[in-house]
Amino acid sequence: MLGRIVDELVRREGPRILAGLIGRLGGNFEVAEDSLQDAYERALATWPEAGVPDRPGAWLTTVAQRCAIDRLRRTQRNADDSDAILEKLQAEETESVDDGGLPDDRLRLLFTCCHPAIAVPAQMALALRTLCGLSTREIARAFLEPEATTAQRLVRAKKKIAAARIPYIVPAPEELPDRLSGVLAAIYLVFNEGYAATEGESLMRPDLSAEAIRLARLLVQLLPDQAEALGVLALMLLHDSRRDARVGADGALVPLEEQDRLRWDSAKIAEGLEALDRAIALRRRGPYQLQAAIAALHAKAATPASTDWPQIVALYAALHAMMPTSIVELNAAAAVAMVSGPEEGLAWLARVEAGGELNDYHLLSAARADLLRRAGRAGEAELHYRRAIELARNPAERRYLERRRSEVAALNGEQ
Amino acid sequence: MEYMILIYGDESAFGGLKEAQLKAMYAEYGTYTQELMKAGVMRSGSELKPASTATTVRLRSGKVLTTDGPFAETKEQLGGYYLIDVPNLDAAVKWAGKCPGAKTGSVEVRPLNSMGK
Repeated sequence: MLGRIVDELVRREGPRILAGLIGRLGGNFEVAEDSLQDAYERALATWPEAGVPDRPGAWLTTVAQRCAIDRLRRTQRNADDSDAILEKLQAEETESVDDGGLPDDRLRLLFTCCHPAIAVPAQMALALRTLCGLSTREIARAFLEPEATTAQRLVRAKKKIAAARIPYIVPAPEELPDRLSGVLAAIYLVFNEGYAATEGESLMRPDLSAEAIRLARLLVQLLPDQAEALGVLALMLLHDSRRDARVGADGALVPLEEQDRLRWDSAKIAEGLEALDRAIALRRRGPYQLQAAIAALHAKAATPASTDWPQIVALYAALHAMMPTSIVELNAAAAVAMVSGPEEGLAWLARVEAGGELNDYHLLSAARADLLRRAGRAGEAELHYRRAIELARNPAERRYLERRRSEVAALNGEQ
Repeated sequence: MEYMILIYGDESAFGGLKEAQLKAMYAEYGTYTQELMKAGVMRSGSELKPASTATTVRLRSGKVLTTDGPFAETKEQLGGYYLIDVPNLDAAVKWAGKCPGAKTGSVEVRPLNSMGK
């Protein structure tokens, strides 16, 4: 029971405590993480007898800070400015320590994690690790790479931050647009990990998506004139509004066209549409805004049939001009099929497949199977559903694909 | 924190420069050095003689082995350096970006290891 309480605290309060601690330690990730770990262990050792404190977050912060002081004392000959930090920490210790520092500590942490002097995959890994408390294993699964590779990335990045002294600050206004794109990519990645979890039994990890949305809201509040920041917030809110409708009672994924639209979260849709309007008013078009505009057209449609598919196809064309990737082409194929028929959609998918990048991606096989089913080619559809099931890792997605496969298999049996 | 700004460029390209171009380049470096000094961040710095003047030394089994030329044959050679003292990597990168060598070659920023200092 206590283990579960601590786990919950680690998940909820951990990133906030860590962000504050890194700030007070002058950007020392390693000591901050190790000290927070010490604090968790101390909690597990002392709480069974002493009871869980009234404000466990504050307790963990105080203990982690004391552990940090001890750690710095032990290693201070190795750090050129640990004296100053020690002094500051000790002075703060006598004051009451709050739950996790300034509200923008996490924003500062995000900009540090996404510093251009760190390789992009390491930026993302670091953001997920420190801001969302994902384990190395979960990050490795999200990136489809061996756990050892992720672990090495994290260690190297943290060492570089300390050794090269990458500052723990939000960049100056003139540097923001450049630095922002990396941060937005990291936030969106975190959201997606929460929206289509690669690990575990459930399809989604709502805590991760909520954290990403929270970060984006904070970003928009601090940087109200950045159109793409508003765009990414709008995009995430509009996707998130469909969360409850995405999973059926049997735990299987429910595709967009079969979702009960009354279960869409109208408050999130309203907030998303408002953010998108504000973004568009700034007149600086970008990929996140275009994707949010596509999501907005779905959100506004009462039924799949009344969706403005031609407009969605046009938005995908604009998106593809900015971001000519196979993923965009794959997503566009479904919209093209709605406007011009499944055979036209299949022609798009053939182009994606010729690109070769996504051949092991379950959603390419799934999209092809869906279009083949709509085109009445049940035999081929079953083959591609089978392939998609083989490649899919998430049980909820597999369950949905399994259902479709048995539907087309039944059709094949009748023929 | 001290950072080394290491300036790499294609030496063979310098041979083809006209007198006026060389003059302009040195003038640029002069201005850059002045800026570093005025900002109070300059520790030291110099141009190096060409890589052809380099001698590489190794001590193996107690014997000093001396070979002609730089340690590594690369397309861009180390041609000069600055040692600066600034608060963090962002500041160091900003100075490195102003270095004339960044326009034609590559400039590497490396923090000095202050251990044991």
